[in-house]
Amino acid sequence: MRALKFGIPLALFAVLVAFLFVGLFRDPREVPSPLIGKPAPSFEVAQLHDGKLAFSPAEMKGKVWLLNVWASWCVSCRVEHPLLVEMAKRNVVPIVGLNWKDQRADALKWLAQYGNPYALSVWDIEGKVAIDYGVYGAPESFLIDKKGVIRYKQIGPITPEALEKTILPLIKQLESA
Amino acid sequence: MRAIVAMVAFAAALAHGEGGSQTAVDARMKAIADELRCLVCQNQTISDSNASLAVDLRNQIKEQVAAGKSDEEIRDYMVTRYGDFVLYRPPFKASTLVLWLGPPLLLGAGFLLFWGILRRRRAATLPPETGKDRAAIAALLERSGPSPRKK
Repeated sequence: MRALKFGIPLALFAVLVAFLFVGLFRDPREVPSPLIGKPAPSFEVAQLHDGKLAFSPAEMKGKVWLLNVWASWCVSCRVEHPLLVEMAKRNVVPIVGLNWKDQRADALKWLAQYGNPYALSVWDIEGKVAIDYGVYGAPESFLIDKKGVIRYKQIGPITPEALEKTILPLIKQLESA
Repeated sequence: MRAIVAMVAFAAALAHGEGGSQTAVDARMKAIADELRCLVCQNQTISDSNASLAVDLRNQIKEQVAAGKSDEEIRDYMVTRYGDFVLYRPPFKASTLVLWLGPPLLLGAGFLLFWGILRRRRAATLPPETGKDRAAIAALLERSGPSPRKK
C-alpha cells in the first residue's frame, strides 16, 4: 500500500518528466511535411532573370534536383547561401531557386551581390507556388528525385551537418536508383 | 408614397443581397480560418494572424469558398500542404491517440483516486466495533445510569 502511495505519483512524475525532456530537444518550428514521398506539385511560373521564359518541374524529370526557397528579405537565406554556392561549384545537383514574395529588382541585386548558385530561379511574387509546397518560412529546400517525388525537406538553412549526414548520402542513393 | 416605399425596400433588398453574399463568404472564410493554425505564428489562428502567409491563406480560403468548395475540401487542401499540424482539431488516429485519450484518462484516474481516498476516509471515521469494545461501552453506559441522549 505504502509502495503504491509513493510509487504511483512517482511513476506519473517520471512519465511527465520524460515527455518534457523529449520536448526540450524538439523544434516546434519544424513542422513535418506531408509532401515527403509525394510527387512534387507542378507549376508553370516565369523565371526570375527572364520573365518571358517559364519553368515547370516536369523539365527536371530524370534528374535529382534541389528546389530552394529563398528571398532577398530573408536573413537566414544569407546564412545558407555560401553553402549553396559551394554545392553549385561542386556540381552536386542542379539547384532551382524559388524566389518567394520578393521584388524582382531586389532579388536580382541580391544574386549579383552574393553569387548565384541556381541553375535558374522562378519568381513567385504572390507565393502561390510556395503555398502548394507547404512553405511557411524561408529558406526551405526540397530534394526531388528522378521521378519527380519529394524525398526530403530541409526547413531552415541547410547546415553543413545536414548536408554531410543526410542530403549528400540521399543524393547518392537517389542518383544510383 | 407607395412607390417610394417600394423603391426604398427594393434598394435595401438589393444592397442587402449584394453585401449579403460577400459577408457570407467572409463569415465562412473566418469560420474555417478560426480552426486553422498559422504556421508562422504558431499560437495564432490563420484568422487572427497578420503574418503575410496567413493573409495569403485567408485569400486562398476566400477564393475557394467563392468557388463553391466545401469546408471539408478546403481543410483537406490545407492538410495536404501543411499536414495535420494546421488543424486546431487534429483528427483521431494512431499518432494522436495520446493527445485525444490522455486528458479523459487522466481525469478518470483522478476521479478514481478521489473516490478511493473518500472511501478510505469514511471507513476511517467509523471504526468497526469489536466485541471487546462493545463490552466496554456497555460497562460505561451502565455506570453512568440511563443512557444520555446525544444532543
